Amino acid sequence: MTTTIPNKEPQRIHPHKFAMWVAMGSIVMMFAGMTSAYIVKKNQSSWLQFDLPLIFWYSTAVILASSVTMFLASKAMKAREMSRYRVLITITAGLGLVFLIMQYFGFKDLEARDIAMIGPKSNSAVSFLFVITLLHMLHVLGGVIALVALFAKAFRSSVKNYSSVPVEVVGTYWHFVDVLWIYLFLFYNWIG
Amino acid sequence: MSNEAVLHAHSDVATHDAHGDHSHEHHHHETFITKYVFSQDHKMIAKQFLITGMVWAVLGGLMSVLFRLQLGYPDATFPWLESILGKWAKGGHITPEAYYALVTTHGTVLVFFVLTAGLSGTFANFLIPLQIGARDMASPFMNMLSYWFFFAASIVMLSSMFVETGPFSGGWTAYPPLSALGDASPGSKTGMDLWIVSMALFVVSSLLGGLNYIATVLNMRTKGMSMTRLPLTIWALFFTAVLGVLSFPVLLSGFILLIFDRNFGTSFYLSDIFVNGVGALPNEGGSAILFQHLFWFLGHPEVYIILLPAMGMVSEILSVNSRKPIFGYMAMVGSLFAIAILAFLVWAHHMFVTGLNPFLGSVFVLLTLLIAVPSAIKVFNWLTTLWRGNIRFTPGMLFAIGFVSLFISGGLTGIWLGNSALDIHLHDSYFVVAHFHIVMGVASMFGMFAGIYHWFPKMYGRYMNNTLAYMHFWITIAGAYLIFWPMHYQGLAGMPRRYYDFSIWESFKQFQDLNRFISLVAMIVFAAQFFFLFNFFYSIFKGRKLTNLNPWEANTLEWTTPIHPGHGNWVGEIPEVHRWAYDYGKDGKDFIQQTTPVGADESHH
Repeated sequence: MTTTIPNKEPQRIHPHKFAMWVAMGSIVMMFAGMTSAYIVKKNQSSWLQFDLPLIFWYSTAVILASSVTMFLASKAMKAREMSRYRVLITITAGLGLVFLIMQYFGFKDLEARDIAMIGPKSNSAVSFLFVITLLHMLHVLGGVIALVALFAKAFRSSVKNYSSVPVEVVGTYWHFVDVLWIYLFLFYNWIG
Repeated sequence: MSNEAVLHAHSDVATHDAHGDHSHEHHHHETFITKYVFSQDHKMIAKQFLITGMVWAVLGGLMSVLFRLQLGYPDATFPWLESILGKWAKGGHITPEAYYALVTTHGTVLVFFVLTAGLSGTFANFLIPLQIGARDMASPFMNMLSYWFFFAASIVMLSSMFVETGPFSGGWTAYPPLSALGDASPGSKTGMDLWIVSMALFVVSSLLGGLNYIATVLNMRTKGMSMTRLPLTIWALFFTAVLGVLSFPVLLSGFILLIFDRNFGTSFYLSDIFVNGVGALPNEGGSAILFQHLFWFLGHPEVYIILLPAMGMVSEILSVNSRKPIFGYMAMVGSLFAIAILAFLVWAHHMFVTGLNPFLGSVFVLLTLLIAVPSAIKVFNWLTTLWRGNIRFTPGMLFAIGFVSLFISGGLTGIWLGNSALDIHLHDSYFVVAHFHIVMGVASMFGMFAGIYHWFPKMYGRYMNNTLAYMHFWITIAGAYLIFWPMHYQGLAGMPRRYYDFSIWESFKQFQDLNRFISLVAMIVFAAQFFFLFNFFYSIFKGRKLTNLNPWEANTLEWTTPIHPGHGNWVGEIPEVHRWAYDYGKDGKDFIQQTTPVGADESHH
């Protein structure tokens, strides 16, 4: 992106990137609200103890792997290796989808063990797990949609755009939802 | 990253270079739709927020007149009420259901739609780019989305008033179980569904707006506009946005859990409930207090989201019209910062009587009373700015002074209410109603009026009529005190809020005449707002035209733009800033604009 006014000031962060950081702060507050409600609730009566679905361990590995591919994709983009970049963001989006499907099977697992997540028989302990995980899944889904948009952009040949800003914004968000899941996973296992 | 590049990020940069820097207004071909409806120009979005907010203010005000009618004249019947409200006013008498629906909607609408979207939506959009020297917001598109999410929220809220079971009627705080159980009251059915959808849309709107305001203030300031040269309006709007971005998501968390309790049978907030006509509910182990924590974690910052923009605008208007620098600029910024921090640490003072641990309560008392310190600093600085100033009593200035008066009156009662021991007596009484209406409601309305009267010439290139404005001001300030001052006495005497009819209570019968008086004044004040509304809309089209770029002889950057600035605000380059915004009466000069370079013979600045 060219500028028309000579910019003598030190390199500032791009406003869109900055806005993404603020948005992540906002999302952190939302999950902080959720997990602190979880802790408050846990210290009250009738809290059900149950084992987490085993598949959550594997989904954690998948989302970690997707972060690696995202990192490589943005590196490829900066090196102008467009074909490599396209392959890598496709893999990243694919891993995101696999993660979502695995989370869904996690819910199925709970269901199979007769642990109700919602409905009159449900216990808040499970409901919390379900709502928070679902909310995180929605955020991952948002990331997948953003990746698909990038993907569409990368295959459009009429406009050559080598701005790395959108990739960096999406990449930052992707790493963020990854870290968010790691936090939630640690929280479910050892804190909550 | 320069401002130019951001505004034109989506256009062809090569063409832009060919045009040079002098053709910003002619860049995009604007149709009616892109100019007035789906506009991405921050100035137009600001006007959209303002006018939508005004529509809601009229509706919300009208609701208060209707329920004051019930409180003032509980035995009278008004056949015309039945013609407009139908079954909600059978026989010309407002039903209890309608009364609670009116109170709830009045609260929700005024707090969120008028004083959050209408106030900070309008002035953050309008003033941030103009006063920091930017062509537009960091993301004009997101800014447009922010308005349209608010518009969608408005439509959903409006539609909730027309459903068969009526709008939500469990109070603007939407505490469960009334908000969680459809069988709890008529308003808890479809009305609550629409309320929660509307509020979710509103949260999205606030977040999109807030992100933009923060990114713009921090990244898009013109050359020379360091943070300490920002006008106080911008500081206030910046802290407002930070509060919103950090607290609205927590409210959304609370709402998400509420949605699951309502629709999917979970028990986050519900336990051991028996509903008349339905029987015992299976929900077990939930806690309604949990919702209160999540709600008030937003709810308290929310009152500062409402108040801070007014504080910022008042600081600016007082300084301009006193022809004096603002007193204690850094103390003003510091106190805004302190208020923003404390706003997050006091939410439980809304919950002193919920069975909160008294030790925890005492911590919240301390933190709450600490807010008196930055508040007192601000009041002191406003008064010392006025002190020996060369005051021009423009309508904007009068409303700004009115704001200071109301903030003092309402703030003092906050010190009473912040004490958990006194709160045992005062909570849920008219004392609380009086306190928050004066300090947050009316004071912020005054800040909004001050802002509108002051920046109207910049918005529309015309003046508003002063005579109408003076009538509007005097009736409103006198009325505000006449309405809310007596409520303090009622509250101290134990009169509870939210009651439908006091005439059947032996202890509160004595206030019947006072209630009638309050209702009468409320109607007069509501009617007086039409002076303002007429003035506003008439002046847009027929007001005296502006001939001078800088009608108030102010220092800030917005007055260096053309009388009718196009999208991009400045023709040619954005001016460079050389000084702070408050060089009034310096070295024998009445005012020195921020764009004037510092002269060699100038005294210290």
